[in-house]
Amino acid sequence: MTLTKKDFLGLYDTDAEEIEEILNTARAMKDILTRSVKKVPTLRGKTVINLFYEPSTRTKFSFNLAAKRLSADVMSISKSTSSITKGESLLDTAKTMEVMGSDVVVVRHSSPGAAKFLAENISAAVLNAGDGAHSHPTQALLDMYTIREKLGRLAGLKVLIVGDIAHSRVARSNIWGLKKMGAEVSVVGPLTLIPTEIEKMGVKVYSNLDKALEGADVVNILRIQMERQESGLFPSIREYRELYGMNKERLKKAGKDLLVMHPGPMNRGIEIESSVADSSQSVITEQVKNGVAIRMALLYLLAGREIKNEDID
Amino acid sequence: MEEGMKVKKEIMDSSGMDRAITRIAHEILEKNKGTDDLVLIGIRTRGVPLANRLAGKIKKIEDVEVKTGILDITLYRDDLSTVSQQPIVHRTEIPFDISNKKVVLVDDVLFTGRTVRAALDALIDLGRPRQIQLAIMVDRGHRELPIRADFVGKNLPTSLSEVVSVNLKEIDGEDSILLLEKE
Repeated sequence: MTLTKKDFLGLYDTDAEEIEEILNTARAMKDILTRSVKKVPTLRGKTVINLFYEPSTRTKFSFNLAAKRLSADVMSISKSTSSITKGESLLDTAKTMEVMGSDVVVVRHSSPGAAKFLAENISAAVLNAGDGAHSHPTQALLDMYTIREKLGRLAGLKVLIVGDIAHSRVARSNIWGLKKMGAEVSVVGPLTLIPTEIEKMGVKVYSNLDKALEGADVVNILRIQMERQESGLFPSIREYRELYGMNKERLKKAGKDLLVMHPGPMNRGIEIESSVADSSQSVITEQVKNGVAIRMALLYLLAGREIKNEDID
Repeated sequence: MEEGMKVKKEIMDSSGMDRAITRIAHEILEKNKGTDDLVLIGIRTRGVPLANRLAGKIKKIEDVEVKTGILDITLYRDDLSTVSQQPIVHRTEIPFDISNKKVVLVDDVLFTGRTVRAALDALIDLGRPRQIQLAIMVDRGHRELPIRADFVGKNLPTSLSEVVSVNLKEIDGEDSILLLEKE
């Protein structure tokens, strides 16, 4: 069995068996990244387009590298340097790429549902690299991969997500994925930044970080989105650091077995202290490394498929 | 057994297979004049237990442990753009450097030669072996590439409608080589 859908839009849309397959495929891909010849001929002749409507360092670089490691031809388009600035629509841009022969379109967009919209309207496989506050499935997959690699399993683990849950596609995707794999997920943050319906996703809600950390196996610390500062939902930076910042004392109290994660980019000294980010319990650089393997796995699983026009609704 | 196929003939039973593997082990030692720089690499899936068994025979004959590894050729296949679903990728597990080694590739059936072609490319991406040799349980003919085996358990002329099934205890619960045909 293998992924059967044309596109990969999110973990809400993926079952446990499929997640398992992606993680296992990534394991084989990671081996390639550690050899001296870091390339396989698997996607020779295939074309991958990275369509990035939002700024991104690691996701874009990671997808680029993943496609190259698999020998695909890869092109990246960013908002600021393309006809998007002349007002070309998302669909027109994607269709233009498609007629030039792309097999996979990787899309990052600020509107929730952008990837799904594209998927329904082009015949190339669409891979969601983040759509607004909705979903960022490759980040959640690399997080789950990293946890499983370090702790040997996902089922039964207690994972705590800290920060601005309301605006976080990383949080949502992690919750969907981790719950499907049998982990217990809880969230903590200022209550103004925790959506009221979040408990329906099967997560426990805390407002006190110290309490939430008790018994946790993994803490995933979200980036504080400075651009949300003016919204009025947010305490002051100093207050946030006091109440929700991961610092040395909290790490010490939580114990040596707690795994510390952050999707990056970090605001050092705000949501995470440098001494925590650079501690031996932190797997933040490991997450970045694993991201390439996860994206290789997804590109392999999607791009090898014969793409037929009947796939379009 | 594969669906819609029935057994036409048993080609080899358990003891016949064991004798063939013993003979191949002797041939490998003879050709390579011992075990210096020798490594055995099994191609997933059924080449893996065969490589381990050959290593076991060599241990009995020479009292030397020859290193073994596992090669997954999925990412090197030449038919990925024609299959409708992507085959599952497994890990390649070769925990030693193959550079300057005499590598014996091991697989169950040699047919078109395309698997071996993929295996050669995969191996060369891992290092630069001094030599690559090929050991095969059954050579059933119908080559599509200029590839031949150095060590063969059984040469078996077949028709294209037939299927050769090598069963191994480690995977299939019993040892046998069967010739199957469509029902």
